[in-house]
Amino acid sequence: MRIAPEAKNSPLLGRTPSGWRWLGLLLLLILALLLDLTAGAVRIPFRDIFHLLFSRSGGDDTWRFIVDRIRLPKACTAVLAGCGLSVGGLQMQTLFRNPLAEPGVLGITAGASLGVAAVMLAGGSMATLYAIKELGGSGSWMVTGAACLGAALVMLVVLMLARRVRDNVTMLIIGLMINSITIAITSVWQYFSNPEEVKEYLLWTFGSLGGVSGNQLLILTIMIGSGLAVAFLSSKMLDALLLGENYARSMGLTVERARLVIICSTSLLVGSITAFCGPIGFLGIAVPHLARGAFNTASHRILMPASCLIGTILLLLCDSIAQWPGSQTVLPINIVTSLIGAPVVIFLLLRTKNLKVY
Amino acid sequence: MNSTPLLVTRGLQTGYRSGGKKTLVSEQLPELTIKAGRLICLLGPNGSGKSTLLRTLAGLQPALHGAVEIAGRAGLSSSELARQISLVLTDRVGGSNLNVYSLVALGRYPWSGWLGTLNDSDREIIRRSIEAAGIDALLERKVHTLSDGESQKVMLARALAQDTPILMLDEPTAHLDLPSRIRLMRLLHQLAREMNKGILLSTHELDLALQVADEVWLLQSAAPLQMGEAPPQPGAMSQPGAMSLQMGAPEDLVLDGTFETAFEREDVSFDRATGVFRIHPAGKRTIRLSGSGIAAFWTRRALSREGFNIREEATTHIDIEEQAGRTAWRLRTPNADRQYNSIAGLLEALNDPNLS
Repeated sequence: MRIAPEAKNSPLLGRTPSGWRWLGLLLLLILALLLDLTAGAVRIPFRDIFHLLFSRSGGDDTWRFIVDRIRLPKACTAVLAGCGLSVGGLQMQTLFRNPLAEPGVLGITAGASLGVAAVMLAGGSMATLYAIKELGGSGSWMVTGAACLGAALVMLVVLMLARRVRDNVTMLIIGLMINSITIAITSVWQYFSNPEEVKEYLLWTFGSLGGVSGNQLLILTIMIGSGLAVAFLSSKMLDALLLGENYARSMGLTVERARLVIICSTSLLVGSITAFCGPIGFLGIAVPHLARGAFNTASHRILMPASCLIGTILLLLCDSIAQWPGSQTVLPINIVTSLIGAPVVIFLLLRTKNLKVY
Repeated sequence: MNSTPLLVTRGLQTGYRSGGKKTLVSEQLPELTIKAGRLICLLGPNGSGKSTLLRTLAGLQPALHGAVEIAGRAGLSSSELARQISLVLTDRVGGSNLNVYSLVALGRYPWSGWLGTLNDSDREIIRRSIEAAGIDALLERKVHTLSDGESQKVMLARALAQDTPILMLDEPTAHLDLPSRIRLMRLLHQLAREMNKGILLSTHELDLALQVADEVWLLQSAAPLQMGEAPPQPGAMSQPGAMSLQMGAPEDLVLDGTFETAFEREDVSFDRATGVFRIHPAGKRTIRLSGSGIAAFWTRRALSREGFNIREEATTHIDIEEQAGRTAWRLRTPNADRQYNSIAGLLEALNDPNLS
């Protein structure tokens, strides 16, 4: 009898991916990384980037400062955010068996926004405003802390409700409801604030990869790292959930526990990214589809790293485009991801003729 | 059949709990047992709680009362259960980007480590399951491109890969064409015999069930609902709509009339003599038929379709005769005697108003 060639050394699901796909993605990642480092108001040639990266001395001091203090942290943030948002989206799409699910469906992003709004629009308190201005926009600890708090608060509510819910469709609807409640509270706050504060807040919602450096980058790395670790470990559970909750249960999965683990992981990833970078749309919903298309599999052991790679590449490219080389203006990252990314995804989906849903 | 049962129920009562309310689906059921190597068909009209019973036995939903003991123990954890019972459900899995091989391989879930890596023995079991279900040709296909029949076989292969002593299937023959239904039932019968599995399946295929089942569980209303009566009210403990279950060898249930009463409706009746449902109401005309063999059987069917009752005392008489290797139908009435060489010709003559 004939056994599919993939049966040779496959994991529980799917074929062993062709090595060249991984290699291609890695090459693309390196290219995107270099492109991102060269892009910006000050043009630094490729050759010099290499020199600045791999030797500790020499070269232009200004360039060294720009690369070390601005562009490298920004690129690292892009890598972290690209991985986190993509994996969060993948987890939500599988958990809810819905191709439109994205990391924001549980209201975590909205929760972080509420936290930020609470600080920025805090009844026009001059002290707060001053603190934010002094510490510099989205990079300030206070904003980040508030966003973390907001995300954590919403996550707690979601987790508490998740324990009482038996099926995932109900969970999805509850998540969407929490999302709109949180957005509504933020809107009320905006409505009663003065225009300048609202503008500050709006600027934050445009998203920025540039505000994270030093200790903040370390904390972000730890949070994303632990979130990703949990996500990778839950690959097997996610595979079982592909068949729906009943089949998953019949194969020995405790669906309620799996749901808690997956929600925790996604919340950690998305909450921390939103706290440090502001809301970044599009990646979470699109990247899992691209990963499924590229590797033609449903196995999460493959889709997880694939989503990380593709998400990182896309975010780096978007960031490079945001600071169009040579131009002095920098577009907010959240705008670029949607403006550039969405048409690309539409094109790819139309070309494959067949939406590889969840 | 003295083997120890794979599954035994004790005072089981199925139903739903939502909030503080209990909705009873069945009365307290008799002790149900599933033994190795036996194929059990769970029959019952629509809405009689077949799926609820199946889900309760499989541990997908808790029982209202009583316990299900599997492998001699009650209260197994979900991962222990997964190594005892595998399921084929009516849930669609069509939307995912899975291919058939991967889906079957998922059956190894309860046996593989936390990462889900497969070893050689896993792969061997997957290979045998694929072979048993006869889906070699489908392995590379995406699940969403499968037809209903193919999909059912693939889900069966997945359940076989789970390699459990008990296999439960919820209406596996729904949406299948007749040959596929027969093939599936035959396959399940073989699996019970050859792999010594205890198989429980719910179905509406009465005639197939009668042919393949070693045992039939028949769910029916304890006190039948009248037309237009409201469905059972949630909360009440003893409800007129709750179902009771009768079991036994299919032939016994036919002979003692259980089948007839279970499926008796105003316009539908079960014929104990032939084991099929009567589609045509009993007619007013009578006719006498003599002859035997296949030709007589099909002639009788044709006559019943035309609304004839076959009676000894009837004045119109049909003789089936073999003449030189050909069958002939001789029709005799008080004032005529004619011969026809096909049932169609015979029926045409019978329906001729000038005949009598």
